[in-house]
Amino acid sequence: MQERLKKILEESREQLKKAASLQDAEETRIKVLGKKGELTEILRSMGKLSPDERKELGQAANQVRAEVEKMLSDTVNNLKEKAKEAKFKAEAIDVTEPGKTYKLGTKHPITITIEEIAKVFKSMGFSLAEGPEVETVFYNFDALNADPYHPARDWTDTFYINDEILLRTQTSPVQVRTLLSQKPPIRVFAPGRCFRCDTPDATHSPMFHQVEGLVVDEGITMADLKGVLDSFAKQMFGSDTRTKFRPHHFPFTEPSAEMDVSCFKCGGKGCRVCKGSGWIEILGCGMVHPSVLRVGGVDTEKYTGFAFGMGVERIAMLKYGIDDIRLLYENDMRFIEQFK
Amino acid sequence: MIVSLEWLKDYTDINVSPEEFCDRMIMSGSNLETLENVGRDMEKVVVGKIVKIEKHPDADKLVVCQLDVGEEEPVQIVTGAPNVFEGAYVPVALNGSRIPGPLHGQPKKEGGVKIKAGKLRGVESNGMLCSFGELGFQDKVVPVNQRDGIWILGGEYPLGMDFAEALKLKDSIIDFEITPNRPDCLSMLGMAREAAATFEEKVSYPDTKCTTEEGNAADFINVEIKSPLCKRYVARIVKDVKVEDSPWWLQRRLIHAGMRPINNIVDITNFVMLEYGQPLHAFDINSVAGRKIVVDTAEEGEKFTTLDGTERTLDDKMLMIHDAEKSIAVAGVMGGLNSEIEKDTNTIVVESANFLGNSVRTTAKRLGLRTEASSRYEKGIDPNLCHAAADRVCRLIELIGAGTVVGGCVDVYPNVEEAKTVLGRVSRINKVLGINISREEMVKYFENLEMKVEGEGDEMYVTPPTVRQDIEIEEDLIEEVARLYGYDKLPVTIPKGNNEASQSYERDIKDLARETMCALGANEIQTYSFVSPKGVDNIRIDEDSWERAFVKILNPLGEDTSVMRTVLTPSMLEVLARNYSRNIEAVRAFEIGNTFMSNLMEPDKLPIESDAMSIGFYGKDEDFFTLKGAVSELLEKLGIKEVEFVAEKEYGTYHPGRCARIMTREVTYGENGPEEEFVELGIMGEVHPDVTEKYGIGTRCYTAELMLNVITELADTEKAYSPLPKYPATSRDIALVVNEDMTVGQIEKVIEKAGGKILRKVELFDVYRGPQVGEGKKSVAFALTYRHDDKTLTDEDVNAVHKKILSNLKEKLDVVLRDI
Repeated sequence: MQERLKKILEESREQLKKAASLQDAEETRIKVLGKKGELTEILRSMGKLSPDERKELGQAANQVRAEVEKMLSDTVNNLKEKAKEAKFKAEAIDVTEPGKTYKLGTKHPITITIEEIAKVFKSMGFSLAEGPEVETVFYNFDALNADPYHPARDWTDTFYINDEILLRTQTSPVQVRTLLSQKPPIRVFAPGRCFRCDTPDATHSPMFHQVEGLVVDEGITMADLKGVLDSFAKQMFGSDTRTKFRPHHFPFTEPSAEMDVSCFKCGGKGCRVCKGSGWIEILGCGMVHPSVLRVGGVDTEKYTGFAFGMGVERIAMLKYGIDDIRLLYENDMRFIEQFK
Repeated sequence: MIVSLEWLKDYTDINVSPEEFCDRMIMSGSNLETLENVGRDMEKVVVGKIVKIEKHPDADKLVVCQLDVGEEEPVQIVTGAPNVFEGAYVPVALNGSRIPGPLHGQPKKEGGVKIKAGKLRGVESNGMLCSFGELGFQDKVVPVNQRDGIWILGGEYPLGMDFAEALKLKDSIIDFEITPNRPDCLSMLGMAREAAATFEEKVSYPDTKCTTEEGNAADFINVEIKSPLCKRYVARIVKDVKVEDSPWWLQRRLIHAGMRPINNIVDITNFVMLEYGQPLHAFDINSVAGRKIVVDTAEEGEKFTTLDGTERTLDDKMLMIHDAEKSIAVAGVMGGLNSEIEKDTNTIVVESANFLGNSVRTTAKRLGLRTEASSRYEKGIDPNLCHAAADRVCRLIELIGAGTVVGGCVDVYPNVEEAKTVLGRVSRINKVLGINISREEMVKYFENLEMKVEGEGDEMYVTPPTVRQDIEIEEDLIEEVARLYGYDKLPVTIPKGNNEASQSYERDIKDLARETMCALGANEIQTYSFVSPKGVDNIRIDEDSWERAFVKILNPLGEDTSVMRTVLTPSMLEVLARNYSRNIEAVRAFEIGNTFMSNLMEPDKLPIESDAMSIGFYGKDEDFFTLKGAVSELLEKLGIKEVEFVAEKEYGTYHPGRCARIMTREVTYGENGPEEEFVELGIMGEVHPDVTEKYGIGTRCYTAELMLNVITELADTEKAYSPLPKYPATSRDIALVVNEDMTVGQIEKVIEKAGGKILRKVELFDVYRGPQVGEGKKSVAFALTYRHDDKTLTDEDVNAVHKKILSNLKEKLDVVLRDI
């Protein structure tokens, strides 16, 4: 009997060594451990033996069975690993091939620029206001303290629909609309399209965008104007940006200023972008003229305010290095997709 | 305003470099356009005198000059200039010199031109005699008699002296941007006042007193103002006038200011105009009939020939200078040819007058004649300048010996303009600027600006000189304090108070639509709000359609930008066409923008502006359904429920078999309770081949025009949670054979209605056409998903509903299951 057990073990070892597939292993299992397997039969026939013999043989048989089972599971594991390896090898891909295309669209660079500006002003508590593109002469000029003979009113400068209605030349009429519809404290910014009679060329477009701003409250000072716009410049163009406020003139602000920022290309050393000066003019601003405040019925002794306006195309062109404004309105997909 | 820094130094002390001068002036309000340092770009150019001229042995057009340049030996130079003569003083560029150039007929070179000795047709030439142009002067400032040939100097200069030194050419020419509120700065004295205030210096005003005068102007001329458009008229007389070239110092001033010297009388009037900002004019008294000057408007239709030789037609709004018989000048614009100063003029009338700016502007515009004088009047001039300016002209004529000044002046000034006093409060100025400076400091600023300050304590009664017409209210004083204190010194603070930033719901929806379209792979475009009226023709819009209710621009740049757009599709197609023509294979684009409609009810009111949106696709992977899918996803994102696409065969823009109106149902509550109403959100389809051909798009393209304003009204971006299904769903597929003209939409409606609550999804998964279903038929297959919220559906539950669906399909549409 012991001999047979030994033989079963040896044969099983030999067969499993040769096993090339899971099926081979299974055959061995059935042959040895199956219902009619060699080892099973031995175990089954042990009933006829004496208790002592049974005990001895039983131990030996169980030992063989444990060993065969162990060999079986090792072989199976081994074969499975091998099969996986082969599968992986067969399924290997060239990871340098291009990915499948998921194409996101791109916002227009003017939209992107307005959104960046908007984000900064919203963070400073400015609400977004809007006004119509087709405006009245009153909102666009009269209420903004523009001289009745101001050259900007000329037909050569402004598009008219009739004597009283025009295409707004600036977003400043939104200031007036806001003053008429809200009571101080007021803190708004207004992006939008504007129109002037300029024949298109590399730096002119008859349609362009501005962002206007207006703050009216008790105790607003010119120092506040500087603070808000300096903060805007730093958030928009980088924290190293310096600002310079120069006296200027606008009919609807007094005192008025223009704000330059240190050139964000060269940092102020002087380059082509800033034409060697180290500074780039970015916006016009000033303390709201009392005549404008009075249009909105604001008590000019109690309240003061400041306003500002900037050209979006100019900022976009400077920021992105666009050298021809017409590119913005050609809408060539290869152009727009550069702003992804 | 072009400022010669050397000239400016005649009126005030400037002790800083030109660069620092500009920097400080910028910060006090005179913005810099350009700064050019001139007269520094020539080397080894000296004054020489032609001592001998001989013919060139081998060239007719050349002569050989011997020049005395202060050395022992003369320098030999060959020249082709026709205007040289023995004894002439000329600029000599010696061998090895550098001149700014350009050489005659050549382009200007950076760094100038080197002059070397050489031979001209075999004769040695050791340098070059120079013209104005070769020494860097622009043609527009070169005196007419000096334009052809060598610069012949008008006087004697030390021979061999550095030329730039001898003629005092070194200067800094600064162009300042003058804002429209400061016409007083369009003068050297105005800029001197600004400089003096900036550097805390004083202005020394020009000498206006003649040393000798003869007779009385009133005996020579009589002046009458008949129109209120003339505020003041000052006339002075100069006799024994000798018209000749001006001395070099006077010519140089004008040249550096960008003006061409003409003759001494004209040059002096121009010089004083630049000095005071007061235009001046000189008439020959012999052409003033009756020795009488009458200022009045022209006759309607009158013909008049101006100094430039052009005959012009006048109207009765134009202010003119007349004599006793005729018109002799267009007031403030240009003199007449009939009263021009000639070489033989003996006695002149110097006019120093003030005309109303708006009148001069209108006249100049109507005549299409803008002059140095008119543009100054337009901006507004202080009438109190007239007298001093006339006196200054006389003094300069006396100074250069160009005539004998007649005593007295005729001054007609009906309403004298007085200086206005403006109250400024120290506390208010400090409050607005966010600073705290003393009254004394403010007073100092005002006084540096030649403003008188009275009052005490908080109150400053400030009286500016009358040239400062811009000082009208307290805010103007605040600006004066701010700019002299220095904008850069104002503190930097953040306004107090807290505001919650917000934006309109419409804007939110627009932002959301934009984000969604980008996520769907479309690029945003932006096109002009004004378009060509032909756009609606191009997209085959019906003749009487609302899309043609244009808001028209009265003065457009051209027809293609002459009306405000009523729809966005034409612009979208232009963009698709442009990209197509540039060989871009596929495009997905969208635009969000305003459309405009004439306010037909109230034409005086503003037009109606609406938010609109267009979408355009082309490319090999695009078809009607890719666009429909994008539109559906967008509308779902915006919370528009129950969107239906209804076939539309009549809309000209689109392929009649591939166009749909995009609709939704809105419930309104009227008198009869809730009513369901169809609302149109837009239209979409494959663009009609005639339209794509018109735009030159050689491929199928697909566009949608959405009424974003309507969509915004119906949009619902509120989100609510509904529990996830707890019980499993059962799916059944059905395939139906139907006539080709039956739509999926019709079938779906019947299925959905019959399916009731437990039918959760109807999904088309196949459409088949072919021999197996027969001609004119198609097979459509749907997957139907059934689920109950509170239990697991049994086969019986599903069968009952499924059976009902099939029987309804049979009843209502007469369709049955496909026999497979």
